Amino acid sequence: MSDIRQEFRYSKEHEWIRVEGNVGIIGITDFAQHELGEIVYIELPAVGDTFQAHAQFGTVESVKAASDLFIPVGGKVIATNNDVEDAPDAINTTPYDAWMIKIEINDSSELDKLMSADEYKAYTS
Amino acid sequence: MGQLLRTPLYEKHLKQNAKIVDFAGFEMPIQYTSILQEHEAVRSKVGMFDVSHMGEILVRGPQSLSYLEAVCTNNVSTLNVGQVRYSFLCYENGTVVDDILIYRFEEDVYCLVVNASNIEKDYAWLKSHLIQGVELENVSDKTAEIAVQGPLAEATLQAMTSVDLSQIGFFQFVWGDVLGCHTLISRTGYTGEDGFELYTDNDSILVLWDGLLDKGVAPIGLGARDTLRFEASLPLYGHEISDTITPLEAGFKRFVDLSKSFIGKASLEQPRTRKLVGIEVHDRGIARATYPVLDESQKEIGVVTTGYMLGDKTLALALVPATTSIGNSVLVAMRDKRLKGTIISTKFKDKNYKK
Repeated sequence: MSDIRQEFRYSKEHEWIRVEGNVGIIGITDFAQHELGEIVYIELPAVGDTFQAHAQFGTVESVKAASDLFIPVGGKVIATNNDVEDAPDAINTTPYDAWMIKIEINDSSELDKLMSADEYKAYTS
Repeated sequence: MGQLLRTPLYEKHLKQNAKIVDFAGFEMPIQYTSILQEHEAVRSKVGMFDVSHMGEILVRGPQSLSYLEAVCTNNVSTLNVGQVRYSFLCYENGTVVDDILIYRFEEDVYCLVVNASNIEKDYAWLKSHLIQGVELENVSDKTAEIAVQGPLAEATLQAMTSVDLSQIGFFQFVWGDVLGCHTLISRTGYTGEDGFELYTDNDSILVLWDGLLDKGVAPIGLGARDTLRFEASLPLYGHEISDTITPLEAGFKRFVDLSKSFIGKASLEQPRTRKLVGIEVHDRGIARATYPVLDESQKEIGVVTTGYMLGDKTLALALVPATTSIGNSVLVAMRDKRLKGTIISTKFKDKNYKK
């Protein structure tokens, strides 16, 4: 049974977003890391890059394959997590702490289109 | 592709919490716990693989030997009953129909073990070259197989059979009783480790699986099967060899006997223009199959056939011009990045075969 955080919101592509003011903190879910298997490499965008909602912002690679990362809502990247780039296995062990990017959210109404924890739970079961 | 097939061990895989994927038309376990853990289990102890999806084709009749000499690149006439040989089947242009194991069961009875993804293609190709005095029978559906691989393979399996396993040499086989099941015990594998491949019927295979589990043998999925064979630089059809790649380009000259006549020989006598090399990648990133290989001036010169990050190293196998030398610097195009790499030998690690 995969772990789901009540206070986060979730995309269909299995990214989570935690919101602090106008800042969105983004990672991938426990379900996603479990599906991918051991993560050995992650490629993140540069600070300052901007993305529309659901655009590809990076790549996560398990032993077996490379998978695209999609941004749940549009915004500008204000930070990337270098610790996770250096030790991507943290995504497997603590997926909700191993955030990937922080963004300045363009339009907070896009958050409403994402799933709640309960909806995501139903989506992945 | 029609409905997916299942091996007799499918329910056993579910019981072990396997993650199931579609492979060559079969629902197969990709991993049970983790690819890296399963990889390590085979290198340090022992693991077992359900390889029942592999194909088996019997070749019988007084002309079997001449027939096999004509369709196989490797020499068959020196293969004795009880021995196994690796070979390629090639098209006239020298590219590969499949890579196979040839078992000599009896004087005029051979068994070809072929890749699951190629069973129908191989059977049709073999049939198209059939001669008088030879019969083919595809027995894939009634043959199941488990590979037991790793340094503890012999000791573990010895506790399940009265056959003296120490007497079975590398690439030899015997028929014997394992846990009461009539089994072909073959000292072969696809991991670079010592080990056995056990062939039996679809019911007996369940007994062998449970018996091996009871002995503490870890089930290993297709994920680690691929990392293990890659690390041992063993080819995978569709990657290092295929219907666009010859065995000589892939560096497998020792399985091509140019002193005899066989289909594809004339093409294989021509000098190769490409060769398979290893690449050690220095930048962060993984050079995966199909990624272009570039020279230092960014000109595309080749292609990655398989690549993995294993331990602290990122390695790849790649097809590049035959003029490329060990030590040359290359780049691998990964999405919009260019990963720096060096050409190295394809021998990534020593094999631990018992010879």
